[in-house]
Amino acid sequence: MELTVIKDILLSKFGQECIVDEELQGLQPALIIHEDYIVRVCTELKENKETWFDFLSCISGVDYGEEGFGVVYHLASIPYKTQLTLKVKLANIREESQLPKIESVSSVWRTAEWHERETYDLMGIFFDKHPDLRRILLPDDWQGYPLRKDYKDAELYHGIPIK
Amino acid sequence: MANLGPEEMVINIGPQHPSTHGVLRLEIISDGEIVKEVVPHMGYLHRCFEKHAESMNYGKTIPFTDRMDYLASMNNSHAFVMGVERMLGIDKQIPKRIEYIRVLVCELNRIASHLIAIGTYGIDIGAFTPFMWCFRDREHIMNMLEWASGSRMLYNYIWVGGLFYDLPVGFEERCKEFIDYFKPKLVELDELLTNNQIFISRTANVGVLPLEVAINYGCSGPMLRASGLKWDLRRVDEYSAYPEIEFDIPIGKGEMGAKGDCWDRYKVRVDEIVESVKIIEQCLERLQKELKRTPDFDPRGFVPKKVSPKAQDYYIRAENPKGELGFYFITDGRSDIPKRVKARAPSFNNLSVLPELSKNILIADLIAILGSIDIVLGEVDR
Repeated sequence: MELTVIKDILLSKFGQECIVDEELQGLQPALIIHEDYIVRVCTELKENKETWFDFLSCISGVDYGEEGFGVVYHLASIPYKTQLTLKVKLANIREESQLPKIESVSSVWRTAEWHERETYDLMGIFFDKHPDLRRILLPDDWQGYPLRKDYKDAELYHGIPIK
Repeated sequence: MANLGPEEMVINIGPQHPSTHGVLRLEIISDGEIVKEVVPHMGYLHRCFEKHAESMNYGKTIPFTDRMDYLASMNNSHAFVMGVERMLGIDKQIPKRIEYIRVLVCELNRIASHLIAIGTYGIDIGAFTPFMWCFRDREHIMNMLEWASGSRMLYNYIWVGGLFYDLPVGFEERCKEFIDYFKPKLVELDELLTNNQIFISRTANVGVLPLEVAINYGCSGPMLRASGLKWDLRRVDEYSAYPEIEFDIPIGKGEMGAKGDCWDRYKVRVDEIVESVKIIEQCLERLQKELKRTPDFDPRGFVPKKVSPKAQDYYIRAENPKGELGFYFITDGRSDIPKRVKARAPSFNNLSVLPELSKNILIADLIAILGSIDIVLGEVDR
């Protein structure tokens, strides 16, 4: 399945603003999706029998530094044996009280539930409408999000020096 | 948790419990012997693989990948190395002998990993002997891989662009000897466990995983194949030397009960060992004939002096004994240190289906289901 065909399907269904940009250089081309459309785009890609991306391989949170955050979705289609990369760019919000936010795709693929918990845990991206957004690998009382580029590890954990 | 019924009780299994195969804690809401709900808690073995990988170059990260799924270290480093090689654009130039050695050691490691899965599964539901037998045979593989790499479990053998060392002289013959010894042992194992009526009663029709649920939860590897789908990345992505090798993809057929039950998952692993034996025989055949060891062969001949791929991002996936192992790289093209490495662990995704499989079952069946998923906590927690 060509990327242009997938693009046409999405553009005809959701209009121009759903795809912000595309990355064609490199080995795996990617579509950059507008953050408001991610759930609708994913549902369409999964349900549409022409694309049929029924398998979500991976969700990765990315810290691009000055350019903000991103979430990268790697989809795979078992019937067609194709792969697709979707990216969403999020604002560069680094205050402790406010996290970059995007809607959860766990209603589309159940596997996203744990992937999103992990992304929230380590990268600090909030997934709206997630059924159970808790930390998954780190303890519940952990401070900060370790995979961020500006993360400083703490001197103390519960009063115990850890350096 | 606050809404417990009058007869309900919270029970923890683990983190220190032999049936959880490592440091996994299962919080169970039970009503007598019935499991109402399971909440897995993990992270006890979290070692920040991704953060480490962002702070050191690719070669130094390979030993860390070995420590993810420590029962199949070769397969992990193979996947990682393939991703880096594709980003560098040297994946087509790797000499055939190196590719065949990689496949050979990976398949040996796959057998070792499945032997642990089968042996510990037997012990989970009360069969002690298969465990001893599987470990006895696995020991031969451990010795061989130690001979090749210098280490028993965590090899650091497969390098970007090559190998640590060529196979030691006499390895092929020793491996052939092992295969001849091992084949009858598999028949014995079938008699002892696969067709054992007690074992079948404990596993058939237990933890039935329908195919659409498996796909929806991102299950892969033997989990997915046991539900009846022929999906093996060695065939789908045709990487390394696999396109030139003949082997079948075993799937679950529901022979003893419903399709996708615990027995099917177990059986897929047993059948995969047979397929791996076939692959090893073909590798040995070629390594002993047209890809023979020559004095001028240098396993590090293509190892780049500095690994710095140009700016791009790349997702590599490969078939690990547990399922789809993926690495997602982001590089900036300037340094030899990646900007981001994300590991997609098959055990992590396979485990996520456990709460779905364990609704209104017996506690004894929960152990059978967990064992059939075959998790390695080093990989779940990374």
